[in-house]
Amino acid sequence: MKDTMAQAVIEAKGVNLVFQTGDGPVQALKDVNLRVGKGEFVSFIGPSGCGKTTFLRAIAALEHPTGGTLTVNGMAPDEARRQRAYGYVFQAAGLYPWRTIAKNVSLPLEIMGFSKDEQAARVERVLDLVELSGFGRKFPWQLSGGMQQRASIARALAFDADILLMDEPFGALDEIVRDRLNEEVLKLWNRTGKTIAFVTHSIPEAVYLSTRIVVMSPRPGRITDVIDSPLPRERPLDIRDSREFIEIAHRVREGLRAGHSDE
Amino acid sequence: MRAGPVLTVLALILALWYAGAVWLNATWTYDQAARSGATVSLGQLLTDTMRQERPVLPAPHQVAAELWKGLTAYAVTSKKSLVYHGYVTLVSTLSGFVLGTGLGIVMAVGIVRSRTLDLGLMPWAVISQTVPVVAIAPMIVVLSNSLGLGDHLGVSNALVSKTVIAAYLSYFPVLVGMVKGLRSPDPMQLDLLKTWNASELQGFVKLRLPSSVPYLFTSLKVGIAASLVGAIVGELPTGAIEGLGARMLIGSQFGSPIIVWAALFAAAILAGLLILLVRGVESLVVGRMGVRT
Repeated sequence: MKDTMAQAVIEAKGVNLVFQTGDGPVQALKDVNLRVGKGEFVSFIGPSGCGKTTFLRAIAALEHPTGGTLTVNGMAPDEARRQRAYGYVFQAAGLYPWRTIAKNVSLPLEIMGFSKDEQAARVERVLDLVELSGFGRKFPWQLSGGMQQRASIARALAFDADILLMDEPFGALDEIVRDRLNEEVLKLWNRTGKTIAFVTHSIPEAVYLSTRIVVMSPRPGRITDVIDSPLPRERPLDIRDSREFIEIAHRVREGLRAGHSDE
Repeated sequence: MRAGPVLTVLALILALWYAGAVWLNATWTYDQAARSGATVSLGQLLTDTMRQERPVLPAPHQVAAELWKGLTAYAVTSKKSLVYHGYVTLVSTLSGFVLGTGLGIVMAVGIVRSRTLDLGLMPWAVISQTVPVVAIAPMIVVLSNSLGLGDHLGVSNALVSKTVIAAYLSYFPVLVGMVKGLRSPDPMQLDLLKTWNASELQGFVKLRLPSSVPYLFTSLKVGIAASLVGAIVGELPTGAIEGLGARMLIGSQFGSPIIVWAALFAAAILAGLLILLVRGVESLVVGRMGVRT
């Protein structure tokens, strides 16, 4: 793909990450090489323990590689974190129950010292972006799980980071809500041109969303396959019945199976 | 509908109480009768055990009458008025509660922020609560009298010692609750703050403090009751002549259980009012924090 040739936003070279646990060292990541270009939508898929979340957390400087080099926007992840290079969306929305939706979305802005007017303008803009306009004054418990997750995405978008890191953001939601949110994330990506790294368990989700799918396998966590998606940028939901879609999904499934047969 | 079970339990308690009064006070009735060579019928037994002047266990209506008299029969400034004694106890309860709560919160913040304090302070806090307050109260009274701290502050030394004892009892639940509350945010929340490069202080103010509020109020309810107990205990060994504790002491010294029981119930009513007060503040604060009620 031409996109991958563009300026590298995330670049991993021989990244290793070993956790020291009570049962001895655990190799969470082994020799991970990956280059993510600007504006790409990269999904990480694999069974539990394959290191997909660990890799995402390493990009976010929430974990630190024990070997190799990892750069985000050309700098060390910690440096990128300090420059607020990315927004992170966790599996749980993690909204503060004592804050309204608008106040939750403006929380990172408060922390980063934006002016009150700027905060209000940005909150309005990102709530509109995730189709939650008019819900700003509601409290989290007044919203459904899917809406809460949308609010948490708005929160991650509010400070205009170029990178969006999403760790199984829809894993706890039901299939119908998930489909809808997948569509919205694609729209969002198209409109904002952000680089998105997306961790998921779901093959259809990975294939539907991504320009590139990174298949990982556990013990030790490593990349076993990287699949470029030939699907167009505009993707209606029914693209999932197309032949190309099914072929990619098949290849992902094969990749996952191959990773498992190593055990 | 909800009053049903409450009334049933109340009726049961009263019935048991009356039965207990008959049973425990019967000895005296029989002794009196034996001395005058009379016999006691069941009816006489029942009426006599309900109206003795110095019963072992006063009957509920006797306590109620004494309580009512104590609350209403005298001017509120009279030394005979339970309102007056209740007020004296209330003042030391509240001052001890404020001091204890403040102390508990400050210690909790220190313990959560610093591992040294966690290891150095927490064990002492636990040990402090294993020392019986009855043992430590007289020492506090003696110390505060000889230090004369009250004279410097322009209040009575008795108030100082009672405040300290009440604070000694009430800081602990607040400390434990606040430590738990300040540590309640899950790792994901803390990671999230990290992704925004938030400072320690920002995380503390925006996440940890608000998270601890529900824990704080649970602790405050325990704390205010403990403060009241502390204030009353503080009134026992001081030779105090004021306060519900002093009233109980006087009642037992004069061999008048009715007075003791009336003071006891006055204390219980006071405790109930204080808990209601804390709950009122809680629903106000929690309501403003947008929590579903």
